[in-house]
Amino acid sequence: MSIFGRKEKATATVIYVSPAGDAREIAVPVGDSVMEGAIKHGVNGIVAECGGACMCATCHVYVDETFLNRLDPMEATEDEMLTCTVSPRRPNSRLSCQIRVTQELAGLIVRLPETQV
Amino acid sequence: MRAPVVIIGTGQAGFQAAASLRAEGYDDPVVMIGEEPHHPYQRPPLSKAFMTGKQDAQNIFLRPSAFYQDHRIDLLAGEKAVEIDRANRRVRLASGSNVAYQTLVLATGARVRTLPIRGAELDGVCYLRTVDDAIDIKTRLEDARNVVVIGGGFIGLELASSARSLGKSVTVVELQPRLMARMVAPLLSEFYRKVHSGQAVEIVLGAAPVEIRGQDGRAREVRLSDGTLRPADVVAVGIGVLPNFELARDAGLAVSNGIAVDAYLRTGDENIYAIGDCAEHPNVFAAGRVRLESVQNAVDQGRSVAAAIEGRPHRYESVPWFWTDQFDVRLQMVGLSMGHDRIVTRGDPQSRKFSVFYFRKGRLIAIDSINRPADHMIGRKLLASGVALTPDQASDESLDLKRLPPASPSM
Repeated sequence: MSIFGRKEKATATVIYVSPAGDAREIAVPVGDSVMEGAIKHGVNGIVAECGGACMCATCHVYVDETFLNRLDPMEATEDEMLTCTVSPRRPNSRLSCQIRVTQELAGLIVRLPETQV
Repeated sequence: MRAPVVIIGTGQAGFQAAASLRAEGYDDPVVMIGEEPHHPYQRPPLSKAFMTGKQDAQNIFLRPSAFYQDHRIDLLAGEKAVEIDRANRRVRLASGSNVAYQTLVLATGARVRTLPIRGAELDGVCYLRTVDDAIDIKTRLEDARNVVVIGGGFIGLELASSARSLGKSVTVVELQPRLMARMVAPLLSEFYRKVHSGQAVEIVLGAAPVEIRGQDGRAREVRLSDGTLRPADVVAVGIGVLPNFELARDAGLAVSNGIAVDAYLRTGDENIYAIGDCAEHPNVFAAGRVRLESVQNAVDQGRSVAAAIEGRPHRYESVPWFWTDQFDVRLQMVGLSMGHDRIVTRGDPQSRKFSVFYFRKGRLIAIDSINRPADHMIGRKLLASGVALTPDQASDESLDLKRLPPASPSM
């Protein structure tokens, strides 16, 4: 198998909700980020200009309150990058490149902001 | 049906141009031509997260392959464009066929500068530009003990950091008397020398490799201009890149340090644009014309060219930004610091969280932030809006930079 080959991996469902309220359920491989799940399945509304380096704040999401305390706490870099998102920061704002999908997060709901750039 | 927009180059800039055309509702055919056999991927992780194994190869692609079918982007991967026939508006491919265009976008990128010394052809002397290069270096590192990095710029130092993190013995050789000399103030060069030294990376400044010696065709050691011999199983060379402008030049388009374009990213031919690493453009954040090698420039020029093709041209005036991750230190840069005449720091360098503000004739032109992302993000806004910030304000940590008054209308 080439180095680009996809190994079979366990997945967990992540639900991406557009600003208009349309929801897309995607089975994201455990270990991938919520941002990667969106990019690989063409979810509009996550730009991820820097490719997941926590450099651009264009993969901003609002995490459903019921999941907030199940996420690993954010690191200082993410916290600071969130101070300059284009759509307003709220208490449930996160950068989706920094949220790793786990089995425990199955059913995670993230709402996409009006704009990223 | 009209002839397609043809994009030569499948890197970040070419990808963004194609994706933005479709996002903006452009309906005519779009063709991408790229020499690499892969569909578009990110280069920044190659020296960092990919090299250390934190990011899988399958996660470096900008979009899954289905994206190109879904968006009717005809991706010719593994095809080399060899000639632009401007009179007939078509591109000739190495395979012999021709692709007609209505508008041509040159996103041909850059190639590595090679080491012009004896022994540079030996097995184990590596360059990093493509994912195949990265896979090769990553594989070689598995069995390597000693790594010599030639070049103390971003790529060299990121590779040094990755190799050291993988437990290798690493030496960095830099010709200049300080690290990242082209990009940052001496104070930051010295900060980074300490970061690397603190991780047991040996930094050799003001020295050049003279010869690479080998055994059975494989690199074994590097002889430096200071007379020392450095053992090396892998010699990783990061001494800069050269813009790929030959296609444009051979078609009679103006080139200098890149393919010359105007503020709308257009070449002298109204049907041909150039974007990304290969494009030498007027930049309002520089004193003149520049060529920038960055994700930001590739993405924003890709967007600009798509808007222009869609009939909504605007001057390219995006704020330049860059970053580099080495060990646990993140440097974020905004603006272009070339030609600065004064610097001030905000925060204490001892704390490994500080920013350097660069001024030219009293005007803020750039900010380099070490582990201070908020300064960086605010800096993007300050530079974009032209807010006047004095050196005293910049160094005053009691002043909240987010609460500065807006720029005066005269700016």
